[in-house]
Amino acid sequence: MATLVIEKLRKSFGPIEVLHGIDLSLNSGEMLVIVGASGCGKSTLLRLVAGLEEPTSGRIVLDGRDITALDPSARDIAMVFQNYALYPHMSVFDNMAYGLRIRGLPKPEIQRRVHEAAALLGLEALLARKPRQLSGGQRQRVAMGRAIVREPKLFLFDEPLSNLDAKLRVSMRAEIRRLQRRLGVTSLYVTHDQVEAMTLGDRLLVLHLGVPVQLATPMEVFDRPANSYVAGFIGTPAMNLLDATLTAGGTAARLEGGMLLPFADGRREGVEGQKLTVGIRPEHVRLEPGGTPLTIDLVEPLGSETVLLGRLPDEAMLSVKVHGAWSGGERTEIAIPSASLHVFDAQSGLRLDPLR
Amino acid sequence: MERRTIFAGWKLPLLLVAPQLVLTIVFFYWPALVGGWESLTRTDAFGVHVVFVGLANFHDLFADPRYRAAILRTVEFCAAVTALSLGLGLILAVAADRELRGRDLYRVLMIWPYAVAPAVSAVLWILLLNPQIGFIGRFLTSHGVNWDYALNGNQAMLMVILASAWKQVSYNFIFVIAGLQSIPKAVIEAARMDGARGWFRFRTVVLPLLSPTLFFLVIVDLVYAAFDTFGTIWAMTQGGPAMATETLVVKVYNDGVVNLDLGSSSAQSVVLMVGVVALTALQFRFIGRRSGT
Amino acid sequence: MRRSRNWLAHTVLILGALLFALPIWLAFCAATLDPAAIDRGELSLIPRLDHLGSFWDVLVNGGPGVPPVWRMLVVSFGMALAIAIGKIVISVLSAFAVVFFRFPLRRTAFWTIFVTLMLPVEVRIIPTYAVMGDLHMIDTFPGLAVPLIASATATLLFRQTFAAIPDELVEAARMDGAGPLRFLKDILIPVSAANLAALFVILFVYGWNQYLWPLVVATSPSLDTIVIGIVKMIGIDTSTEWNKVMATAVIALIPPVVVVLSMQRWFVRGLTEGEK
Ligand SMILES: Nc1ncnc2c1ncn2[C@@H]1O[C@H](COP(=O)(O)OP(=O)(O)OP(=O)(O)O)[C@@H](O)[C@H]1O
Ligand SMILES: [Mg+2]
Repeated sequence: MATLVIEKLRKSFGPIEVLHGIDLSLNSGEMLVIVGASGCGKSTLLRLVAGLEEPTSGRIVLDGRDITALDPSARDIAMVFQNYALYPHMSVFDNMAYGLRIRGLPKPEIQRRVHEAAALLGLEALLARKPRQLSGGQRQRVAMGRAIVREPKLFLFDEPLSNLDAKLRVSMRAEIRRLQRRLGVTSLYVTHDQVEAMTLGDRLLVLHLGVPVQLATPMEVFDRPANSYVAGFIGTPAMNLLDATLTAGGTAARLEGGMLLPFADGRREGVEGQKLTVGIRPEHVRLEPGGTPLTIDLVEPLGSETVLLGRLPDEAMLSVKVHGAWSGGERTEIAIPSASLHVFDAQSGLRLDPLR
Repeated sequence: MERRTIFAGWKLPLLLVAPQLVLTIVFFYWPALVGGWESLTRTDAFGVHVVFVGLANFHDLFADPRYRAAILRTVEFCAAVTALSLGLGLILAVAADRELRGRDLYRVLMIWPYAVAPAVSAVLWILLLNPQIGFIGRFLTSHGVNWDYALNGNQAMLMVILASAWKQVSYNFIFVIAGLQSIPKAVIEAARMDGARGWFRFRTVVLPLLSPTLFFLVIVDLVYAAFDTFGTIWAMTQGGPAMATETLVVKVYNDGVVNLDLGSSSAQSVVLMVGVVALTALQFRFIGRRSGT
Repeated sequence: MRRSRNWLAHTVLILGALLFALPIWLAFCAATLDPAAIDRGELSLIPRLDHLGSFWDVLVNGGPGVPPVWRMLVVSFGMALAIAIGKIVISVLSAFAVVFFRFPLRRTAFWTIFVTLMLPVEVRIIPTYAVMGDLHMIDTFPGLAVPLIASATATLLFRQTFAAIPDELVEAARMDGAGPLRFLKDILIPVSAANLAALFVILFVYGWNQYLWPLVVATSPSLDTIVIGIVKMIGIDTSTEWNKVMATAVIALIPPVVVVLSMQRWFVRGLTEGEK
């Protein structure tokens, strides 16, 4: 069990800075998920922690020890790679044992650790096989086993499930969660899949273009996104983000088309007429006879739910999630409950909370 | 292509490239310099003084009708060997690419001659074509053909071409087979759906897709014919009769080792090096274009 | 329609197989004949299996002007192995350095090697001979093999193979605590085993079949390779003992053919993947 502290970490490749100062601290045994769009610097951050890349500036402290300048092998960190990176010419056993042998562990100890990890992962019957004789899910397990036998202070996962099919991904996700809890090893987990992020993380770090935009529990990120980028990124289907202006002395927003949305939770700071972005999750939009008309362009049945993609009278796009199948026609009427509104400043994108 | 992950340090890698670098410098660059220098000098009549003569050796070389004839002869020889070995390799590979019974055995039977030394292939072909003892040679002479490659230059040329091409068919076969197999099945199937059949399909679909391989093979075959065939020619005819089979490499050997004319043979070596480098550059340009880099 | 084409393909392939096999078979038969009978032109396609003695004879006693074949086999093996192994070792090391490190003069080193690609020994034979004289390596065994060991082709081939190794595999090894040499030994070489094997075949055949260089650099009979020996045996004017020549030719063929056929699969793959 160990804590990880990252301070003012920056990384440039040549003239291009890809990480603009990351501060982060992980509690002992915590699973922190880093999530963000492709190219935002997630892998770079992980590789810096692993020691595979040198930071331009900043500090990494693992369990009270500054490891910024150490070689990867000296950091007591294990990593699970996206493509598994198993040694193709070694058996499953040797793949797991290789790192222990290099560290000069005695044979019986290696045996014990590998067999324990194999038992934990259900790999006992496969120990003599070569990686190419394994299925994708089994390879994934071996990659995890290789990390587990090291009994490291920190686990790093770089999109470990992205090469699996959808169904396997769900079951492996649960398995990773179970294992991590059971072993209690502090972990950093990178993904661009927000469902994975929500279900796995004790906390999430949302990264956008090399800048950390929100660090909070999954539910908080979902309920109170720190800015309009996070709001649009977390949640499927994505939150509706509509252009509006601040009006009525800061107590309501007026949409482009004239529709007035009063704030249920209080007044927002700002000048009259200030540009806003208001967000409403599709599942929060209500169907309401007599409400604002919505022209439906597309109906996406998902089984137990249906997503309607429509247009408001001012042509702004709005998606609505309804329960069950959709039997209505091409038009309907909706209402936006003011209690579910998210209000952001259009210019900075930052969340505007009610004044108290 | 540059890797993302590398190891630190610079002493170890320098140590690792050193052997290769030293051998390359000692056995490529140094000889090239020596050859370049010698091609610009001449030893006087008493064999005492080395005189710098500028490009005179090259001038003499290209003014010498026998050298120009050797160039022409080499071109003809190379073209014939390339056409013959590539043509035959292509035909055999196309046949062996079909779903035939015994396909693997056929392949083995086509591949093994790759291992035959050029000089050994010469010996085998002497056994076939020698007018007194040869299997085919005797047949020809006993049927009234005036067959004697020791006297007839054209016949000698034909013989070294046959022996040289024979050995190279395997190499072409191996590459054409690989090229044929790398053509996606779906492309052939699409052509079939389009109604392209037989020879027409081969000419309009297979051959164009195979053309990079064929181009590569043309270059390799040309280089083979120009240089590796020394053993074949030397064992069969030693460049004779009356220089009828004296290719450029044979001439370098004759002038340099047999007649000890260092200036001229060094100039010839320099010409050959330039020729090879040009061929290589051509190949790389082409391959570079193909892979879009 | 399809069947008739298969028939055609079989015919073509059988003719091709005969074209390759016939000369060898003839050589084998000739080796079992009486030299006088060959001189009279009485070649036959049926070997005299009771006359296999000429093989033993050349192996132990050699022929006119050449040492016993077993001695020449030893020289040939030595040269072919030295060339193949030497080339592989120095090429693996240099490709490893160029691909997995960044060091001063890296590009210079690479281009210095690369430029010599496809500059066969045949074109630099005279100047190389002169350099060998300065190095006192003429008529020595190292003189036979060492100049042929430098190789841009093999370096390039390994550079390609190594460049295709996924970054993550290297990173996994580093996380496991493997340093560069350990990575080379435990991961890189085993993973590239197929290419190594293929290259070994190619280079062994290349070394075994050398003719011009040994001819120029080594004159003492104790350094005769078997390929050199065969050509010596068919001296143009002397009366040639064809049965001995052919016995030697057949023996000379066996090692490289065995190497090629026993490693055929790897060899074909390595050859066709590597050269392009
Ligand atoms: N070695 C490198 N040299 C130069 N630029 C790099 C290097 N590695 C990464 N980058 C750049 O840094 C940025 C962040 O890359 P990174 O791999 O961290 O993204 P990521 O968030 O992991 O994306 P993905 O979800 O696609 O894996 C990208 O713009 C990438 O092009
Ligand atoms: Mg990534």
